[in-house]
Amino acid sequence: MSNYNLKHLDELESESIFVLREVFAQFENPCILFSGGKDSIVVTHLAKKAFHPAKIPFPLVHIDTGHNFPETMAFRDKIVADLEVRLIVGLVQESINSGRSKEEPGKNPSRNALQTNTLLDTIELHQFDACIGGARRDEEKARSKERFFSHRDEFGQWNPKNQRPELWNIFNGKHHKGEHFRVFPLSNWTEIDVWQYILMESIQIPSLYFAHKREVIRRNDSWLPVSEYVQLNEKEIPLQKKIRFRTLGDITITGGNESDADTLEKIVNEVAVSRQTERGNREDDKRSETSMEDRKKQGYF
Amino acid sequence: MSTYLDTELLRFTTAGSVDDGKSTLIGRLLFDTKSIFEDQLDQVKKSSDRKGLAEADLSLLTDGLKDEREQGITIDVAYRYFATPKRKFIIADTPGHIQYTRNMVTGASTANCALILIDARHGVVEQTCRHAIIASLLQIPHLIICINKMDLVDYQEDAFQKIKKDFESFSSKLDVTDIRFIPISALNGDNVVNRSEKMTWYEGSTLLYTLENLHIGSDYNHIDCRFPVQTVIRPKKEPYHDFRGYAGRIAGGVFKPGDEITVLPSGFTSKIKSIETFDGSLKEAFAPMSVTMQLTDDLDVSRGDMLVRSNNQPELNQDIEIMVCWLHNQAPHPRSKYIIKHTTSEAKAIIKNVRYLLDVNTLHRNIENRNIGMNDVARIQLRTTKPLLTDAYRKNRTTGSIILIDESTHETLAAGMII
Repeated sequence: MSNYNLKHLDELESESIFVLREVFAQFENPCILFSGGKDSIVVTHLAKKAFHPAKIPFPLVHIDTGHNFPETMAFRDKIVADLEVRLIVGLVQESINSGRSKEEPGKNPSRNALQTNTLLDTIELHQFDACIGGARRDEEKARSKERFFSHRDEFGQWNPKNQRPELWNIFNGKHHKGEHFRVFPLSNWTEIDVWQYILMESIQIPSLYFAHKREVIRRNDSWLPVSEYVQLNEKEIPLQKKIRFRTLGDITITGGNESDADTLEKIVNEVAVSRQTERGNREDDKRSETSMEDRKKQGYF
Repeated sequence: MSTYLDTELLRFTTAGSVDDGKSTLIGRLLFDTKSIFEDQLDQVKKSSDRKGLAEADLSLLTDGLKDEREQGITIDVAYRYFATPKRKFIIADTPGHIQYTRNMVTGASTANCALILIDARHGVVEQTCRHAIIASLLQIPHLIICINKMDLVDYQEDAFQKIKKDFESFSSKLDVTDIRFIPISALNGDNVVNRSEKMTWYEGSTLLYTLENLHIGSDYNHIDCRFPVQTVIRPKKEPYHDFRGYAGRIAGGVFKPGDEITVLPSGFTSKIKSIETFDGSLKEAFAPMSVTMQLTDDLDVSRGDMLVRSNNQPELNQDIEIMVCWLHNQAPHPRSKYIIKHTTSEAKAIIKNVRYLLDVNTLHRNIENRNIGMNDVARIQLRTTKPLLTDAYRKNRTTGSIILIDESTHETLAAGMII
C-alpha cells in the first residue's frame, strides 16, 4: 500500500470538511440544523475541525417539538456553551398556538410532520440561505438521490425530479433571494461510519444512545419510552427494560432496542452485526412507503 | 490521524439497464456481503407481493423515488454503500439509456472504477461502447468488464473469450489502461463474491476480490502540487492573534512545511510555515486531505487563489479547450454568457467555438452538425473573463474540470473536462 493513501474515515472527514468550508464561502447566512442526535453532533464536530482555530461560524438551529427527551435538551445546552455558538430555537408549540400548525387528531399525536412548518418559518425569519443537516444517503431510499448541495425553492420545497447534477467536487450554491439550500456533509457516510468516527474521535453523545434501564411499552414492534406525551391503552403495561436508542427523534416516535451496549466499543460491535436498519424503530417512517419522500418534498429535514 | 480502521474507500460506478442484470448484480453484492437489512428485505417482499410477483424482486432494493418504482426504471444517480473488512465501497448507480448520459457522467466523475455489464448472449452492443467511452472520457482509472448471464451460455469459455476479444479490439481506441474481464452470473452468484464451480477454466479473481484489491494508491495525482484556497481562517482571538490560515483541500502533490511555493495568479512567492489541522500540525499533506496552511510571509491570498510549487505551475488560461457534456434541456446559445466554476474560483465564460460533436457510441467526430443538445458530448472552446489556473483533466481531475451555470436560473448546464 502506498504511503499516500487515506483511511476511509479520514477521506470521509476530509470530504465533509471541504463541504462545510464551501458552505461558509458560498453563502451569506448559513446555519446547522441541530437535533441533538448523533448525526448532527458529528456535523457540528466536523464544523469545529473545519474552522479551527476559529470558532464555528454558524449558529445551531433546533426545531423543538416540545416532546423531547430531557437528556437531549441538557446535552444541547452543554454543547452550545462549550462551543460558544449561538442557539436559535424554533418552537412547534408556538406554530400551534398561532394557528399556523394543527396538532394531529387522535390519541397519540406525533409532532414530527409539524416540524416542517416551524422549520420553514424559522428559516424565513432568520433569512438562512443554507441549512446544514446530518442526513445520510444510506438512511432511506428517498435520501439516496440527495445532493450534497440540495436546492429548495422559495416555498422550501424539494423537487427530486429536477435536481442540479453534481459533478466532481464542484458545488453550485447559486440561489435567488428567498430560496435556500440544504447541505448534507455526511452524504457518503453510513451508520457504522458515524459510530466508528464517534469512537475514533471520542465525541460526546447523549446518554440515551447507551444501554440504560427505562420504563417502556411494547408498541409496533419496538420499545417506546413511557412519557407524559404518550397515552397508554388498557393492554399496554409499562415494563422496565434495558434498552438503548439507535436514533433520536421525538420522544413519542422513537423506539428503543433491548441492548447491553453501554460503551462506544459495544455499540460499534452491535451496529456492525445488526440486521435491522436504524430507522426501523421510527414511527414516522412506517406510515407509508414514500413517507420520507413526501415529507422531504414539503420541506422536511 | 487515526489508524483505528485499516480500510480504504473505493468509489465505483455501474451503468446499465434493467435487462443486463445491473440491479441483480448490485443486489447480489449487497446481499452476499450482508449489507441488506431484514426490514429492507421485508419492505421489498411487501412491494413484490403488491405487484403480484411470486418472489422478492431484489431490483426493488435499488429503486429510489416514487416515479422510479412506478415505472420500474432508474432516473437519477443513486448512491449505495457496502463494506468488507478490507474496503468501504460507494456505488454510484446510474441508468444506462442514452437519454441519461448526463447521469452516467455525473456518477463517473468521482469514480475510481467503472463496472460495465455485458449480457453473454448478446455480446458487445452499442450501450457497452457508450459506457466504456464515457468511462474513458471521465478518466476512470480502472474498468471491470463483467460478462454476465454466463449461466445462459452454459458457462462456456468460448463465449467469454469472443466477447473479450471484441471488446479489446474496440477499446484500443480508448484512453483506459487497466481493463479486466470477469465471467459472472449475478443471478446465481458465480464469481461475484464466491468463486464459480462451473467455470474452472477461469483463473482470475472474483468481482469482489478484484474490487477489494485494485491498486488505487496512484489514482490521485501526488506529483503536481495544487492547493486551491477555499477560505481564509483568522480567529482574531488569544492565543491566535497572528494566525492567518488558508483553508482548502489538496488537489494534487505532496506539501511539506518549508516548501517554497508560489501564490497564483499574483505570482508572489513564500514558504509554507506550517500545515495545520484540528488534530495538530502535519509533516506532510497530500490529496485529498483538507488542511489549513500558514505561510512565512504576509501575503494577500484569498478564495480562488492557488498555492503551487514554484517550479511546477498550472497554465494560466483565458481560452480553454474542453470536452463538454451538456446536462440541461436548455441548449447553449451562441452569445450567451455563463458562470464558470473551476476549483474554488469563478468567472464568466462564453462559448467561442464548437469544434465537433462526439458520438458517444462510436467516437465519431461530427463536424456537420454542431448544435449541442441535452446529453451531447462536444469539444468546444471557451473564453473566460479572467484567466483560470488549469491543468489537463488527464493530469488532474480536480484542477482539470469545470461546470457551467446559467446566469439567471442558476441551473447547472454543463460539465467540462479541460484538454
